[in-house]
Amino acid sequence: MHQGIYTIVENTALNADCYRMILRGDTASVTAPGQFIDIRLDGFFLRRPISLFDWDDATLAIIYKTVGAGTEAMARLAPGQTLDVLCGLGNGFQTGGDEKRPLLLGGGLGVAPLYALAKALLAQGKHPAAILGFNTAADVVCLKAFEALGIPVQLTTADGSAGVRGFVTDAMARVDSDYFYACGPMPMFRAIEKTAKTSGQYSFEERMGCGFGACMGCSCLTKSGSRRVCKEGPVFMREEIIW
Amino acid sequence: MVDMRVTLNGIALDNPVIAASGTFGYGYEFAELYDINCLGSFSFKGTTLEPRFGNPTPRIAECTAGMINSVGLQNPGVEKVISEELPRLRRCFRKPVVANVSGFSIEEYAETCRRLDPCPEIGWFEINVSCPNAHGGGMAFGTSPETAAAVTRAVRDVTDKPLWIKLSPNVTDIASIAAACEAAGADAISLINTLLGMRIDLKTRRPVIANTMGGFSGSAIKPVALRMVYQVYEAVSIPVVGMGGVGSAEDVVEMMLAGATAVQVGAANLVNPFACRDIIDDLPRVMEKYGIKKLSDMTGGAHNG
Repeated sequence: MHQGIYTIVENTALNADCYRMILRGDTASVTAPGQFIDIRLDGFFLRRPISLFDWDDATLAIIYKTVGAGTEAMARLAPGQTLDVLCGLGNGFQTGGDEKRPLLLGGGLGVAPLYALAKALLAQGKHPAAILGFNTAADVVCLKAFEALGIPVQLTTADGSAGVRGFVTDAMARVDSDYFYACGPMPMFRAIEKTAKTSGQYSFEERMGCGFGACMGCSCLTKSGSRRVCKEGPVFMREEIIW
Repeated sequence: MVDMRVTLNGIALDNPVIAASGTFGYGYEFAELYDINCLGSFSFKGTTLEPRFGNPTPRIAECTAGMINSVGLQNPGVEKVISEELPRLRRCFRKPVVANVSGFSIEEYAETCRRLDPCPEIGWFEINVSCPNAHGGGMAFGTSPETAAAVTRAVRDVTDKPLWIKLSPNVTDIASIAAACEAAGADAISLINTLLGMRIDLKTRRPVIANTMGGFSGSAIKPVALRMVYQVYEAVSIPVVGMGGVGSAEDVVEMMLAGATAVQVGAANLVNPFACRDIIDDLPRVMEKYGIKKLSDMTGGAHNG
């Protein structure tokens, strides 16, 4: 974990309530896709934990949604302003196994951390495919970014207003895969758990106090005992999870 | 050169800053970030006789200038604390630590302390009779002078180490409870634990916290904490360890003026993991600014006579 002051390079609206923010600063503490950063905002007591969309040697990229006063304040920040950020938090997705055709399953804003994961899997010579699910066409984000990676991407919407009508799990049967990585809401996870025939990893979300393992606010019970979503997670192996 | 040293129950501290229980784990999470030997001490995670997972999530809600938690005394239980946590703690912290203990019966408090008593790492016991998050335990003992005194006596019987009783602010007469603990053998009073609070989500129209209510902490509670430290200082002759909303070196001095011999830093650690170190680093500047040569002289300075 690294605490530092990061400069906003970009803070752009992607649709009605989703934004992409690019921050310049020390990224050495980021070791895996699926990790998150924790942002301090003026006027708010707790930090805002947000997973990384992508990073390079000098910048971090996040996709966030305005869901309350804190993220609404974030949306009003301008390039050039600085933020106090805890960087490189949590254990991200584990890659490097012997799977060849991993399937990335993203629901809503859960698609964001799968982008850097797809890049990492491609760099390992694997052949990832992605299914990105949203409620409606207006919610779709990051689709072009995934398509630009040159991997097979399927878009689903619950109301059929874009891509194929239905849920991520409806499209799963049509994709040949030997592993999965999932990030999204709990109902999607439960549906995947019923559908999936391979091993995989889930990235969880929980209300956090600190984001770095001190407060025990985000604990969950796994088959190997109590785990902190912010510290041992947010990614957990399918086999570890108690549903 | 300013003098930040204080003495608590005969044990010298390099400075009065103590990380508060429940915000500092068993130390090693923070030891990865900085050398925690700069602290006066820290109070380790509230420990019970049996392992506890705690309450269902969500356990955290944000508030204006503070937060609510309903962790519910999650801890690995006293045996694992002795066999695993304390050996790890010893590798990163060389000073006496504060053992924070909770229980669900008077016998349980005493038994947990009896088992911890031989551990050389422990300098003081801090008995939590004020957790608002564990049903049937914690706060129930701290809300009357009689039960608080009964817990104090039971623990007093099993240890000769300095014994602090950590009190709840969710009472009408904190001074009488503190006085009862002193009469029952307590060596110090620490306060305040969190204030019982809640938040409600407008979308779901349900409480944000799964357990409905939780403990409110953070800078918002500092005026309440100062008032209660001030009241307890006048009611007892044993030291007072002050806490509640402390997030700066100025806050430390203010808490000491109210009557604190040492000061705990809690929720601030969760927002800025370096909070305790930053406060300690800033104390000399604040002492010089206010013409303080010896920090321990500040204790009770706001009281008349």
